[in-house]
This record gives sequence, C-alpha cells and structure tokens, in this order.
Amino acid sequence: MSWIAGTVVIWLAAWALNVRVAATGWARTGAGRLFVPLLFGATILVVWEGLVRGLGVAPVILPAPSAIAAKVATSLPVLWVDFAQTFLKGALPGFVIGCGAAVLTAIAIDRSPFLQRGLLPVGNFVAALPIVGLAPILVMWFGFDWQSKAAVVVVMVFFPVLVNMVAGLQASERMQRDLMATWGASYWQALVKLRLPAAMPFLFNGLKIASTLALIGAIVAEFFGSPVYGMGFRISTEVGRLGLDMVWAEIAVAALAGSAFYGLIALIERWVTFWHPSQRH
Amino acid sequence: MKDTTNLGGDQAVIEAKGLNLVFQTADGPVHALKDVNLTVNRGEFVSFIGPSGCGKTTFLRAIAALETPTGGTLTVNGMTPDAARQARAYGYVFQAAGLYPWRTIAGNIKLPLEIMGFSRDEQDSRVARVLDLVELAGFGKKYPWQLSGGMQQRASIARALAFDADILLMDEPFGALDEIVRDRLNEEVLKLWARTGKTIGFVTHSIPEAVYLSTKIVVMSPRPGRITDVIDSPLPKERPLDIRDSRAFIEIAHRVREGLRAGHSDE
Repeated sequence: MSWIAGTVVIWLAAWALNVRVAATGWARTGAGRLFVPLLFGATILVVWEGLVRGLGVAPVILPAPSAIAAKVATSLPVLWVDFAQTFLKGALPGFVIGCGAAVLTAIAIDRSPFLQRGLLPVGNFVAALPIVGLAPILVMWFGFDWQSKAAVVVVMVFFPVLVNMVAGLQASERMQRDLMATWGASYWQALVKLRLPAAMPFLFNGLKIASTLALIGAIVAEFFGSPVYGMGFRISTEVGRLGLDMVWAEIAVAALAGSAFYGLIALIERWVTFWHPSQRH
Repeated sequence: MKDTTNLGGDQAVIEAKGLNLVFQTADGPVHALKDVNLTVNRGEFVSFIGPSGCGKTTFLRAIAALETPTGGTLTVNGMTPDAARQARAYGYVFQAAGLYPWRTIAGNIKLPLEIMGFSRDEQDSRVARVLDLVELAGFGKKYPWQLSGGMQQRASIARALAFDADILLMDEPFGALDEIVRDRLNEEVLKLWARTGKTIGFVTHSIPEAVYLSTKIVVMSPRPGRITDVIDSPLPKERPLDIRDSRAFIEIAHRVREGLRAGHSDE
C-alpha cells in the first residue's frame, strides 16, 4: 500500500512543480523547454514503477521500468547486434534507397504527364498492399538476411515520399516560374534553382513520415523469416518464451532509435527550409 | 540620349501588327486582344492603361513570350518574342516581387546572372551596382521576408536590371504599395530611365502614374481588349513631382480619361 501512496504523492508533487515551472519565464528558455517534458516523462516512469510494484502486476503483463532497465543493462551486446541488423542494415539502406527512388520518380512523373497517369496509380497500388502479405514474398525473393528487410522498407517508404515530392514540385508559384522563363532558363536550371528548393518543405514531410515507417517495416518483416538475431526476430521469439522484459527492452531501443532518427531529419529540415514560414524564428 | 548615339533615332523595338489573342476558356473563347497595332521606339517610356480585362497585361506578357498570340505579327528587336526571350532581350517586373525566400536579396539578384552564365566577379560587381541603383545598398545579405513590401519590389526591379537588357517590362509593379511609397518609386523609375536610356513598357491602372511617367500613353478598353487611343506626351523629360499640377499634365490626364470613358460607352 505504501508503494501506491508514495506514487500518488510523487505524482501530485511533480504535477504541482511542472505547473509552477510552466508558469514562469524560465520555462520558455532553452533549459526550461527541456526540463518540462523531461519531468513529465520521469513522472510517468515513477508512476509506472510504483503502480506495478504496489498492485503486484505480473511481469508478463507489464514489467516495471527498473526491470526493463536491468534487462537492457545485462543484454547490451544482444541489443546492439539486433539493432545493427534491423536498423543499420535493414531500415537505413531501405530508407535511403526508397526515398531516393521516390524523389527520382517524382521528377520523372513531373516531367512527363504520361508517367503521371501511369506511375502514380501503380505507386498507389503498391502502397495499398498489406505489409503482412508483401513481407513473406519479399523474404522468398531476397532471402532471410537484411536484404529482404531493406526491400520491405523500400516498398513502405516509397509512396509517401513520392506523393509529397510530386506535390512539392508543383509548389512553386506561377510568377516564380514565369520569371525563370523570362531569363531564358533551361528545364534543368529551373528545376535546380527553383522547383527543388520550393519542394523541400514537402519532401521533408514525406521523409518524416517515412522515417517511422522504415523502422516498423524492418521489424515486422523479420517476423516472416530472419537470421537468429534482429529486433523483430527477438520480439517474436521472446514473446513465445514469455520473456516480456526482453520484448520491452527491444521496444525501448526501437523507441529511442526511431525518435532519434525522426529528430535528426527534423533538424536537417530546419537547416534546409529555414526560409519557410513554419521554420522562421 | 543613349538611343541616338547607339542606334540612330527612332528604331522600332516592339512592333505589333493586327495582333489577336484569344483564350479558350470553359465559358467559350475570350478575345483578350483584338487587332492591336503599336510601334514602340527605342528609349520610349510607354504606359498601358485601361480597366481590368482590357488586355494590357496580356499584351505585355505576349511581348515577353509568356502568352502566344493567335493571330497577327509581333516582333521584339526584330525577332519573334520567343527568340527575344531566349536572347534575354528584356527584364520583367511582376505585380508582386516574387523573390525566392531561400535566397538573400543579393542571391535573388544574382539568380538571373547565374542562369545566364556571368562570371562570379561579374555577378558580384553587377549586384553591388544595381543594389546602389535602387538604393538598397547594405541590404544584400537580408532575406526577402525581412524587408518591407516597397523594398522587396525595389529588389525585384534591381533583379530585372542586373543583366542589363535593353527593354524593361513592368506589370503594375507598384499596384500593391501605398501612394507615398508609390510616388517615391515613380520618381526613382524616371531617374533610372533617364540614366539607362532603356525602353520601358509599363502597365498601370492609375491615370496620374501613366501621365507622370510616360512619353507615350496607350489607352485600352475591354471586351474585346483593344487600343482606343495612343497619346504622345508633350511633357519634358525632366519631371519633378509637382509637374502633376501643371496645365499640360492636367490636359493629358483629361484626354486619357476621355479615352477610357469612350472605351466603355460602346458596351
């Protein structure tokens, strides 16, 4: 009972503290903006820990954060191997290839109305295929190792980036395009100096969506055949052995990697599209 | 001025003969220009004035090869408009500044120079010169959104001047600005014209602006878009702002107003 009482006290105290901090000017400075969400996250972990202990929740249903942290600490080598296999070899190359192909296809589609009518529906069709149906087929084609996972990721990220990039290439204003014409600019000059820069806000929207899809795709694809390592492989086998603490450890790694990947892209976006109204400060 | 020394007098720069332009729209054909005949000589300042829909902007865009006439002939520097466009015969200033927000003011002015393949040193010296010309020296490193509307429009004029084309086409360049800023920019445009000797085509819907600036005023009327009057201005080349109170100025303004009214009466 003391665990629950303590949890409630800490929760209320942290709540009160956060309300106070948020009301001060300090919350709007650099450190303050980091402190408020960090305190919120820490509070959730404490409440989680307290409730699991106080209510005696079975580890199979929900392990305590401390148990997950302990598992992470003892299985670092395994987690690293899994991470390298799934994220570095599966998700990342798939993301790069898929997004690169989508950008090139978007440029081709934009250049030719014929392709616009032909390729966009095909892209749409592929995006509509369920990943649980597609992944086993791609595993058959490309083997158990990371190549098939990268292929699944390529299929998953291609369409959102394509659609955004096609819209982005049409985002420049008519007047801006007319200006290019009055200077006698060639198609490629207009593309590089006007239409690609104007498309960047759209492209980064697509890339941010694709960044989360890439990790999901690489993990889920491992459910349908993989070597004896990888985040998806570990999750599916540990669930079978009721090793839920390991499953949660993998989830923690995935959450961390996914957030960092997304954050990195958002950072590059800020640097590239500093001129866009949504990024001006 | 420059025109007589360089190319010997009244040389036609823009020539339209029986020009027609019909847009096909969902509601049927729209006759934007009908039987337009006009000759613009080197060094002239020509204003096109008329109510909206009279084809003044369409005519300017046709000169710039941004629209394609459906009948008649149109030559710019003795070439087709498209050849003149490829030869970078003119600078075009639009209603809005249309600066690229990811480039600084200097970067925007440099853009046409990059496209036309000027050397880097040449680019820098030209940017500095035209920034001076439009009184924006010191603002080269700013981004467009950090400047006022009037300054942005001046930057867009600098951009059109940077590659030193003989013809400057301006489509209601000051339409979105308040009257005080507009007066100042009008004075600056006149100075610029006197200094450079360029041929300028200027679209406006302000009678005082047209009379104040032009050596030739083309009055147009809508449905179908056509020229109803061409007025050669007797005003001297040197024009202080208070010339607008002079008798000659008021007489020309009156004639323009009559021309505009005549265009409307036959509807």
